[in-house]
Amino acid sequence: MTDCPAMPLSLTDADRSMLAGDYGRATALAMRVVTRTAEAMGATSLLDIEGAHVDGCLYHGRAGLDFAERLADVDGEVAVTTTLNVGSLDLLHPGLVRMPPARAAHARRLMDAYVALGCRPTWTCAPYQLPARPRFGAQLAWAESNAIVFANSVLGARSERYGDFMDIACAISGRAPAVGLHTDAGRRATLVVRVEGVPERIGVSTAGLGALGHVLGKRIGNHVPVIVGLPPGLPEDGLKALGAAAASSGAAGLLHVVGSTPEAPTIDAVVTGRLDEIRIDLEDLRLGRDELTTTGARELGAVCLGTPHASVRELLALAAAVEEHGPPVVPMYVNTSRAVLEALGEAASSLEGAGVRVVTDTCTYLTPILGGIDGSVMTDSAKWAWYAPGNLGFDVVFGTTDECVRSAADGRIQRDDRFWDAG
Amino acid sequence: MTIVVATRVLVAGDADGDVLTLGEPLSFWGGVDAATGRVIDVHHPQHGAVVTGRILVMPAGRGSSSSSSVLAEAIREGTAPAGIVLADGDPIVALGAIVAEEIYGIVTPVVEVADPEGYQALSTARRVRIRNDVIEA
Repeated sequence: MTDCPAMPLSLTDADRSMLAGDYGRATALAMRVVTRTAEAMGATSLLDIEGAHVDGCLYHGRAGLDFAERLADVDGEVAVTTTLNVGSLDLLHPGLVRMPPARAAHARRLMDAYVALGCRPTWTCAPYQLPARPRFGAQLAWAESNAIVFANSVLGARSERYGDFMDIACAISGRAPAVGLHTDAGRRATLVVRVEGVPERIGVSTAGLGALGHVLGKRIGNHVPVIVGLPPGLPEDGLKALGAAAASSGAAGLLHVVGSTPEAPTIDAVVTGRLDEIRIDLEDLRLGRDELTTTGARELGAVCLGTPHASVRELLALAAAVEEHGPPVVPMYVNTSRAVLEALGEAASSLEGAGVRVVTDTCTYLTPILGGIDGSVMTDSAKWAWYAPGNLGFDVVFGTTDECVRSAADGRIQRDDRFWDAG
Repeated sequence: MTIVVATRVLVAGDADGDVLTLGEPLSFWGGVDAATGRVIDVHHPQHGAVVTGRILVMPAGRGSSSSSSVLAEAIREGTAPAGIVLADGDPIVALGAIVAEEIYGIVTPVVEVADPEGYQALSTARRVRIRNDVIEA
């Protein structure tokens, strides 16, 4: 850290014109938020973005609603293609969310305000599973930690870690701070992570990569890691689980996975000079798995899958697993987007016919959907396991997707410890 | 009295309060209940502590990008910290304070103190005053 004074943020004439109110009051407010946050980020200039993903549509209280309605009331409109993250309600399945009516009314008003601002009502935390997704190298302002890490790592698009307010402020102004993960320099790896002695079946699975992501998030701080030692060509669903976990237990914004992510065909492609190294082995993964479980009891109250939102491939695999192990005898929920549900076609009815409760537009760890649960909740999502005990107050058991489906069919928690064995 | 000069001022302003030092980074979302100001992250060493009116001294922000909303809501509700000192300035934390200032006119200063000695002095102080970039312990 040097002691020289920070460079001021330099603005273009168009930026100043937006700040001055020439483009309306909504754009002026958006630009004030963008420029003040840019200064807090240490930016010296802004850049044009071509897309945004907005997380502010999830109701956390009056402040978020006040901000969105203030923008909508003065005819704010997004300047770039903007998708919406999950809201607090499942609009396709009314009644599923058990929220006090006054709060539900506010949550609905918030979702409506963002649509009024010109955002697409996609209601998903996995906008990268929508048909049109950002191109390699696209400059974006994305919010939602799992979406950010996926866009940067798997798509090779460029977004800093934006949050509520900044996402819509960038979308309305079409501008973002030219710093960090937006720049070539900010995307170079700063830490090498060697994964050692992890069998391939664990290294490609949702639970295995979730446990790895959980450990990674706690150990990398603000580094951009490059991960070596995982099987090449990891499926997108696995990378999704890895990134979501690392962005929950830590601040991950970009993970280079050698052989799987587009900027890291080799370690040399993302590393300049010598970097510090850390090692993660199978025992670390088992410890990570254990940290994500809060009880040793076998009573099962419910199973929650699809955090982040399940893909078509994951839902087809789930339908096959339910077919194999039998229908759930405890409530089994899977979250997905309305777009994925539509793409699933007939297979959706077979899932629902087997008793699997499909949740769209929102997520089971965010909103009061589960009720009257007797026993703990099992999940294959490290992110769900990380947040749900604090959000919902349930005990949680983290396991593989297969363990979750078998447990749901049996009504008691079934573990397969051999899965986590070496060899 | 110790005077520490902030490395960076993320949100300018004045605040006084008793110190609450966090042993680990905290995500406001999933980590703090905006209705009560209580730390609800069960994994966090300060689980159960109340941030309201305190000068929160913490290493960094963490995790979810919804933290800005929860901080802004806590500021609106009057359950937020009086000011925040970060060893590593987190724009997601700053943003919550910026928006609360824009829409409610309530200023919650956020400063970065990257120098380990300065951070250590503040984290072990009982009471702290923030005056823009000057922090007195």
